[in-house]
Amino acid sequence: MMRSVFPVLAVVAVLIAIWYAAAVWLNTPWALDKAKRAEVTLSTSDLIADTWAQDKPKLPAPHQVAIEIWNTTVEKKITSKRSLIYHSWITMSATVLGFALGTALGFALAVGIVYNRVMDMSVMPWVIASQTIPILAIAPMIIVVLNAVGISGLLPKALISMYLSFFPVVVGMVKGLRSPDAMQLDQMRTWNASGGQEFIKLRLPASMPYLFTSMKIAMAASLVGAIVGELPTGAVAGLGARLLAGSYYGQTVQIWSALLMAAALAAVLVGVIGAIQRVTLKRMGLA
Amino acid sequence: MMLVLLGLIVWAAGWVLNVWISRLPRTRATALAVPAVFGVTLILMWECLVRGLGVPSVILPPPSAILVRLGSSVPVLWLDFVQTVLKGALSGYIIGCGAAFVTAIIVDRYDFLRRGLLPVGNFMAALPVIGIAPILVMWFGFDWQSKAAVVVVMVFFPMLVNAVQGLQDTTVMQRDLMRTYAAGYWTTLIKLRLPAAMPFLFNGLKIASTLALIGAIVAEFFGSPTRGMGFRISTSVGQLALDLVWAEIVVAALAGSAFYGGIALLERAVTFWHPSQRK
Repeated sequence: MMRSVFPVLAVVAVLIAIWYAAAVWLNTPWALDKAKRAEVTLSTSDLIADTWAQDKPKLPAPHQVAIEIWNTTVEKKITSKRSLIYHSWITMSATVLGFALGTALGFALAVGIVYNRVMDMSVMPWVIASQTIPILAIAPMIIVVLNAVGISGLLPKALISMYLSFFPVVVGMVKGLRSPDAMQLDQMRTWNASGGQEFIKLRLPASMPYLFTSMKIAMAASLVGAIVGELPTGAVAGLGARLLAGSYYGQTVQIWSALLMAAALAAVLVGVIGAIQRVTLKRMGLA
Repeated sequence: MMLVLLGLIVWAAGWVLNVWISRLPRTRATALAVPAVFGVTLILMWECLVRGLGVPSVILPPPSAILVRLGSSVPVLWLDFVQTVLKGALSGYIIGCGAAFVTAIIVDRYDFLRRGLLPVGNFMAALPVIGIAPILVMWFGFDWQSKAAVVVVMVFFPMLVNAVQGLQDTTVMQRDLMRTYAAGYWTTLIKLRLPAAMPFLFNGLKIASTLALIGAIVAEFFGSPTRGMGFRISTSVGQLALDLVWAEIVVAALAGSAFYGGIALLERAVTFWHPSQRK
């Protein structure tokens, strides 16, 4: 663990350095243009300082984004529409709701597939086929149609998240519930275990490592679903709406801050599942 | 009402048929027939229920209307297909996967890079990378170049992680054998480690294939010329022309499945030796 801390920090430092250099490179034309109209010639140090401090740069420098995030999280009231915490909260609630629905659906389908031969043969190929369809593409339609029926707010976004997150859970849980080998299943039978007992005491515990791995993927997919689901709602609230509003008005700093917030949100949500995974598997004696 | 009843009858008949087929000995034909019956039943039920319950076509058009629309607007759909799939997704896919592959070989060469870049890559692969779409559209303009750029960023990290993992998938014994043959780094790479990495590479290529299509379509929501699948979907939703949207979805689904299927076939041809491919 400690062995990789230094290389990771080095790579991150290099990435930030590249970011600063790219900011200079991409923002120079605009800085030169501005200087030409003001009829001043810029020295190299002035030019670099200007490229890191523009209002609507092509690529904002990292510290500009950091200041924007600080201003919109700590300095603003949480209820304010300009607060990123407020927008993150909206996106997170849709993500978590969609994730919960998707995990429940995935779990139910997996149990059905493992215990029912007809379902295994008919549903499983379609579950796989359903994911080759770029479902995000119809996100706007789902939102608009559900709006027309009268369902609006959190649920349509959560449904898109659900569609994206049920798949990893189905695949992982089918694998997990089938992971006990014939010897273990026979052992349960020699103890005269009923079907329910076999499920609770053998199959379910055996599937836990698979479940947690799938849930991490599902959570990341669910966040993507929620963000894309916010795009067609007319940029009202949420991180996706901030992205869209930022791209309409050329507010690049706002886009980047929303993007970094989304990254942080993903890290926190996946991290929470990881923590639960460690505790649970440790108590079960699996890790 | 009759149609609703018919839909329920179709459902029951499909169910019974599937139960019957699944009792037959498992062969290639039954393995294909069961999902096919399931799909056909679903479409027939959709048709009957939508018509029977009088669901307005601005909410859910029946499959027959979608099929008619699909037939009548082939030129438009073809134009969108070329713009989004061939220009946007495919070029980005090739550039992104190629770049990730080359990076993986460099990363694999230096242990320091591997330890540093792999956690970062794993982290990036879990991020909502799609959010970078508005920025890239701003940088590269509205045409297909920006869509290809989004696809490059989206497929890069999943592909990188898989390729690096694959390149490590040789045992000490195998590497020692190569050394006893006096094989150098490049010979070992080409004759041993690349073939051994193929299952992982194809896993990455498969994941990237679905991501590529999603990336190209979603990037068009942030601005595009007046053609392209994402553009058509978002404008047709606005015009409540849902049959065209569904026709576009059918094309996307077919393109996605064909893309995925093509890679799966290629995988079977290249990694025929792997346990998961053997019969």
